[in-house]
Amino acid sequence: MMNDVLLEIKNLRTYFKLHEGILKAIDGVSLAIGRNRVLGIVGESGCGKSVTARSILKLVPAPGKIEGEIWFHGGEKPVNLAALPPTGNAIRDIRGREIAMIFQEPMAAFSPVHTIGDQISEAIQTHQSLPKPEARGRTIEMLKQVGIPIPERRVDNYPHQMSGGMLQRAMIAMALSLRPKLLIADEPTTALDVTIQAQILRLMKRLQAELGMSIIFITHDLGVIANMADDVAVMYLGRVVEYGTVRQIFENPQHPYTQALMQSIPKLGSKGRGRLASIEGTVPVPLDPPRRCGFADRCVHFIPGRCDADVPPLIDTEAGHQVRCILYE
Amino acid sequence: MQNGSKALIEVRGLKKYFPIQEGLLRRVVGHVRAVDDVSFDIPAGKTLGLVGESGCGKTTLGRCIVRAMEPTAGEVILRVNDQEFDLTKLSAKELRAVRPHIQMVFQDPYLSLSPRKTVLNIVGEPLYINKVAEGRALEQRVRDLMDLVGLDVKYLNRYPHAFSGGQRQRIGIARAISLNPELIICDEPVSALDVSVQAQILNLLQDLQREFNLTYLFIAHDLSVVEHISDRVAVMYVGKLIEIGDTEELFQKPRHPYTEALLSAIPRPDLSRPMKEVTLEGEVPSPANPPSGCYFHPRCPYAKDICKHEAPPLVDMGNNHFSACHFAKELDLQGVGE
Ligand SMILES: Nc1ncnc2c1ncn2[C@@H]1O[C@H](COP(=O)(O)OP(=O)(O)OP(=O)(O)O)[C@@H](O)[C@H]1O
Ligand SMILES: Nc1ncnc2c1ncn2[C@@H]1O[C@H](COP(=O)(O)OP(=O)(O)OP(=O)(O)O)[C@@H](O)[C@H]1O
Ligand SMILES: [Mg+2]
Ligand SMILES: [Mg+2]
Repeated sequence: MMNDVLLEIKNLRTYFKLHEGILKAIDGVSLAIGRNRVLGIVGESGCGKSVTARSILKLVPAPGKIEGEIWFHGGEKPVNLAALPPTGNAIRDIRGREIAMIFQEPMAAFSPVHTIGDQISEAIQTHQSLPKPEARGRTIEMLKQVGIPIPERRVDNYPHQMSGGMLQRAMIAMALSLRPKLLIADEPTTALDVTIQAQILRLMKRLQAELGMSIIFITHDLGVIANMADDVAVMYLGRVVEYGTVRQIFENPQHPYTQALMQSIPKLGSKGRGRLASIEGTVPVPLDPPRRCGFADRCVHFIPGRCDADVPPLIDTEAGHQVRCILYE
Repeated sequence: MQNGSKALIEVRGLKKYFPIQEGLLRRVVGHVRAVDDVSFDIPAGKTLGLVGESGCGKTTLGRCIVRAMEPTAGEVILRVNDQEFDLTKLSAKELRAVRPHIQMVFQDPYLSLSPRKTVLNIVGEPLYINKVAEGRALEQRVRDLMDLVGLDVKYLNRYPHAFSGGQRQRIGIARAISLNPELIICDEPVSALDVSVQAQILNLLQDLQREFNLTYLFIAHDLSVVEHISDRVAVMYVGKLIEIGDTEELFQKPRHPYTEALLSAIPRPDLSRPMKEVTLEGEVPSPANPPSGCYFHPRCPYAKDICKHEAPPLVDMGNNHFSACHFAKELDLQGVGE
């Protein structure tokens, strides 16, 4: 789908074997992330955004099992990340230096017994040979760039001495300081105030352009997607239901779910306070899901005998725009 | 200030200072001015949106109004059934009689509700405590309430952990409206929800308002949600109200630089409106140690000398629109556009 691909996910399936049944968190996701591009992944809570991100870095907790291929084209030879042992040296070398991740929960990224400065400096040093004072200087500079006031003092804080928003920014600083080829940002600004969020988004965009980095930007905020992404994947219940450029997705959303999602957000500056279009029902849990369109139960275009007969294929509707819906067959 | 005589609720000079204690003797070394001299009113059946960044005092203000917290100073006048009460002056017993008129809905009612109670217990509790109904009648009333908020009555005996966020919010709303309140303080009622569920809950709140002539104080940090649901909007910054006006006017023609900055920082789901290159720098200051003069001056792109020394009062700009900025009349600030 794209010439200069940095990461290629092919038919990824991440299942959790639970005693209630098999939870198919990711059920056949294929995606490509171009070099120097930002891929936005949107979708509601539980649709599999975080599990997709964690699968790439082989950080899926037990009893999760990954199948499929994840080709990383960042080194001399392509590597299939999915085939690497999750605790081996090969994936460790890639984590951080080649692919860095900003987690949804900032507490999880830092150890409580070391200062954030030591942790960021150490991460910088293990990936680049820099003397300690330089690494510390670089750490302070990054903390400053993510908008942490008085970074020379904050650098010696322990995680518990920082507010949630501050820690979130420290984690962003850590990920960016490694200058990775691919940054995976999982809801990086959801916990932040809008004015701080705006600062961080601008910083990420600037560094992305400067370093030629690719970003996978995960969020459920369509406003953030519109501002950050070049390409967009819309997920629903463990599958990509629509993929296209940001323009295609916002100007010509095709999947009934994408359309409903777009209409359910209140638009600023729109006069009148009529009812919002809402999608009835809720996102189901993919426990032993039947082979059918995951959105069928909530879809206004549901066709009995067709939508519930099989999983719809991903259909090309225009160059670079794909939709998983039989309406486009 | 406005519609004075007809307002359902009138908040006058409300303050809440938290003492900052230090040392072994817990000596008071200062105060967090979480809510600092806030006044507004809300007419019956209307919605006032309250916005501002984390820590600016929104929740504290809400809690002082329902007196879940004792305010440091000020009045909260509630007018119901041709009677007038100053909630801040009522004794515990008098308060109990008035409480049913004001209810609160929280960000995640699950956190504020006992996990060991069923939906029947949770929604029925206020009815039982206030001796409105018991036994069969109570159960019937709970069923009716569940119906009203769109919860399947077959979940009557389920526990809250078995519900999704949106369903839990419906339980919280059912409980809040069980005693036929006049005023509901909604504290971030949709912030934890997915957009599609958020739309369901916003629609529900609007339907209930229309049906029962409810009055809402709607606290949120999401400005597009607030614009959608509010008749008027109040903006807080470090414990103070810095702007209040009718929704459309405030969003189209803000009169305070902080409101302009907030509006411009919202990432919009609209490719023709990319985020501005410059917005605010710096942090929301701490209410324990606010800047001199206008609290916003260190971050304000329009600040002049006077802003450092003098705190601007909230002044009427006409059309029931108030702003606390020395230059509110001169500045031509940007709104969100059509
Ligand atoms: N460790 C785990 N064990 C079992 N199931 C899991 C685990 N982690 C995730 N899941 C399930 O996998 C599915 C996808 O979860 P995931 O965290 O990827 O969702 P998400 O799209 O990131 O949602 P959110 O917006 O809430 O972060 C969900 O049904 C979730 O319950
Ligand atoms: N019980 C308390 N004791 C001391 N300080 C408090 C207390 N409750 C709140 N504060 C302080 O008062 C200020 C206002 O807090 P409040 O929770 O009202 O803010 P908010 O606007 O609701 O923020 P958010 O958007 O994060 O919910 C904050 O500085 C907070 O730390
Ligand atoms: Mg997630
Ligand atoms: Mg609050």
